[in-house]
Amino acid sequence: MQHIISVLVENKFGVLSRVSGLFSGRGFNIESLSVGPTLDPTVSMMTIVTQGDDRIIEQITKQLNKLVDVIKVVDLTEKEYVERETALIKINTRTEDRAEALRVADIFRAKIVDSTPNTYTIEITGDVKKIDAVINLLRPLGIKELIRTGRIAIAREEIKAVAAREEKERKVVSK
Amino acid sequence: MKLSGSQILIECLKREGVKVVFAYPGGVNLPIFDVLYDEKDLQVVLCRHEQGGTHMAEGYARATGKPGVVLVTSGPGATNTVTGIVDAYMDSTPLVVLTGQVPTKLIGNDAFQEADVVGITRPCTKYNILVKDVNDLAQAIKEAFYIATSGRPGPVLVDLPKDVVLAKTEFKYPDKVYIRSYSPVYKGNKWQIKQAAQEILKAKKPVIYAGGGVLSSDAHQELRELSEITQIPVTLTLMGLGAFPGTHPLFLGMLGMHGTYWANMSIHNSDLIVAVGSRFDDRVTGRVADFAPDARIIHIDIDPTSIHKNMSAHVPIVGDAKLVLRELNQILRTSGNGNLGQHKSWLTQIEEWKKEHPLAYEQGEKIIKPQYVIDKIYEATRGNAIITTDVGQHQMWSAQFYKFDRPRTFINSGGLGTMGYGFPAAIGAQFAHPNELVVCIAGDGGIVMNIQELATAVQYKLPVKIAIINNKYLGMVRQWQQLFFDGRYSSSYMGDSPDFVKLAEAFGATGLRATEVGEVETVLQEGLDATGPVIMDFQVDQEENCYPMIPAGAAINEMVFSDPDKSSKKGKGQKLEERADGVLTA
Ligand SMILES: Cc1cc2nc3c(=O)[nH]c(=O)nc-3n(C[C@H](O)[C@H](O)[C@H](O)COP(=O)(O)OP(=O)(O)OC[C@H]3O[C@@H](n4cnc5c(N)ncnc54)[C@H](O)[C@@H]3O)c2cc1C
Ligand SMILES: Cc1ncc(C[n+]2csc(CCOP(=O)(O)OP(=O)(O)O)c2C)c(N)n1
Ligand SMILES: [Mg+2]
Repeated sequence: MQHIISVLVENKFGVLSRVSGLFSGRGFNIESLSVGPTLDPTVSMMTIVTQGDDRIIEQITKQLNKLVDVIKVVDLTEKEYVERETALIKINTRTEDRAEALRVADIFRAKIVDSTPNTYTIEITGDVKKIDAVINLLRPLGIKELIRTGRIAIAREEIKAVAAREEKERKVVSK
Repeated sequence: MKLSGSQILIECLKREGVKVVFAYPGGVNLPIFDVLYDEKDLQVVLCRHEQGGTHMAEGYARATGKPGVVLVTSGPGATNTVTGIVDAYMDSTPLVVLTGQVPTKLIGNDAFQEADVVGITRPCTKYNILVKDVNDLAQAIKEAFYIATSGRPGPVLVDLPKDVVLAKTEFKYPDKVYIRSYSPVYKGNKWQIKQAAQEILKAKKPVIYAGGGVLSSDAHQELRELSEITQIPVTLTLMGLGAFPGTHPLFLGMLGMHGTYWANMSIHNSDLIVAVGSRFDDRVTGRVADFAPDARIIHIDIDPTSIHKNMSAHVPIVGDAKLVLRELNQILRTSGNGNLGQHKSWLTQIEEWKKEHPLAYEQGEKIIKPQYVIDKIYEATRGNAIITTDVGQHQMWSAQFYKFDRPRTFINSGGLGTMGYGFPAAIGAQFAHPNELVVCIAGDGGIVMNIQELATAVQYKLPVKIAIINNKYLGMVRQWQQLFFDGRYSSSYMGDSPDFVKLAEAFGATGLRATEVGEVETVLQEGLDATGPVIMDFQVDQEENCYPMIPAGAAINEMVFSDPDKSSKKGKGQKLEERADGVLTA
């Protein structure tokens, strides 16, 4: 089964290589990995999409935790989460296709971020299904170049916590 | 007052209580050696090859529990340590390896003797770091020692560019370390420990399966208590030998591929396995699917990744063996009363297995049997020596026939199985314990892989004794070729070279030889009584095989006890064949 794991790491030299080396060295699979800074400049957040049965996923999270530079590991798959990915798609456009390209972009709320007489570059953000759908629709027009960021994900605020807060607020109001 | 990076480094080592550094000089670490030249409180041991030096540090660490320290130069000096580092990583041995590096400005330029050592050792160290600023040096060294020795121990490498060790700064040694992303768990979960006690009280056929973690946790006393109050028999892994007295009536010997029949049968038929500081290695479990089918498993280990890795545990307990066992024993003592040790018939059954297939060999009148030499070493040392071994048949015979009563007296390479480990490890152990008898039992193949260290032993007048079990073959390889490759001894015969007696003499050591049974005891006596380093060359039966054996891929209860043509009723010449799934059949 596919899992999305977020890994909070020290923002230090070599950490990315430690994490990716762990996956290749132990034969774990990485479907995508993205890294970026957090509010705290000493800390980075990685989002890793991986595959495996329960035993493998347990090893992956434990082995990640064991790395000295890893601060926290959360398997988002066990929770409610929001995920997003961005793709930049450069397509060839003959005159007769330009309207179709704009139509697809419009339906999916994608943006045209660059345009030449023969190409459009389209930016699309969404979950994987949405991005795959756009790519499929644009493919017949002729995709020249495609780049995807890999997924990032964040846990949803827990419903219970929200409910509790609302409950509290209601009480305050009713007083 | 400002100190140079080199002075800071040495000062840090002394604050960490380091007494011995296994070292080899070269261009970029000369400033450090220059400081060491005046140093009275640190002994610098000049090894003859950095791999040897690293194994010495391992031997030192395993004999003491303290981290072994290695200091080498950049490039080839550093890469020569890699085998030792991987070995230490696999066997959870604490090391701090200090490597020289080219000046920071040259890093990445393919400078002379530059190697990306931090990159090379990233997957085989517990942690490693390149120090880029002399102001970070003291902190890096403090953290290196802390990480190497805490939690599950392991090797840590610190890469030291030349400009960093030359630069000066104010020295301040941090008295505490706090690493927000690293905090090993020592105390076991109380509820889980109670569960474990319940399981123990219920069990009818329990076995304790303990390993190297008991030694690193210094928990041998607690382990013994657990066994004695519950009357649960104990089997140990190769890495655990010495963690429970080898002569104790509740000791079953080693389990696994070359373990005793009764240890393996006990595990296979048990209803409860108490695993302490052991990691269900494949040399222990045999075919995992058929491992101990009826057993509940309690698994105590400080490293969460060891648990549920190869076998899933019913009661997992993450924590330090000593602390967990202490609590467990406490609970059992207070709540156990009438229910402890109620498994007489189980112990009787084990006795029967023991009688069925004891460890045995037939010593004739002339040709020396390798097992006989181990027996005689045991007698001559009164079971009281620190034994190191190399890797191969002689290693397994040592594990089977020498009875280790004290922790940290059996030192060998288990996880990586590094030939060339045994002799330098003996040198390291001897530096740790100058007044103890240290004997290295080696094969004729592995001993030459680090024989250059005999010069080190001679130079430092170490009384290390080497017993070579000389079968003229890469014996373990030959055994597999006999059993699985139709006796085609491809590249496993080594013949008569070198003459080990002359070799010893060339180095300035003593060389002795035994070619017949009658000479074994006299050679041993003479060898052990001699003052300096000694090589004893025991020329043994060339084609003796090591049994019992679980063939690769077979289950733990599918042991083989003797050569197929000897045991088979179908007649001579029949060989064992390996099925596609790795199981051996006759
Ligand atoms: C030729 C050859 C043949 C071999 N045959 C056998 C054989 O027949 N039988 C056999 O047993 N082995 C054999 N081995 C060795 C085998 O490969 C493994 O090295 C060995 O079984 C591992 O031992 P262990 O489980 O004790 O683990 P170790 O490698 O010693 O690991 C220690 C475990 O304890 C944990 N630990 C560390 N510190 C603590 C602490 N403070 N508290 C709690 N837990 C802690 C660690 O996390 C780890 O899980 C053989 C090796 C060779 C080279
Ligand atoms: C560095 C290294 N190379 C190869 C091996 C594979 N190997 C395992 S045991 C063995 C034979 C060892 O022969 P010897 O030292 O004579 O010991 P014996 O088995 O004869 O007792 C070999 C080649 C190894 N363990 N380590
Ligand atoms: Mg040999």
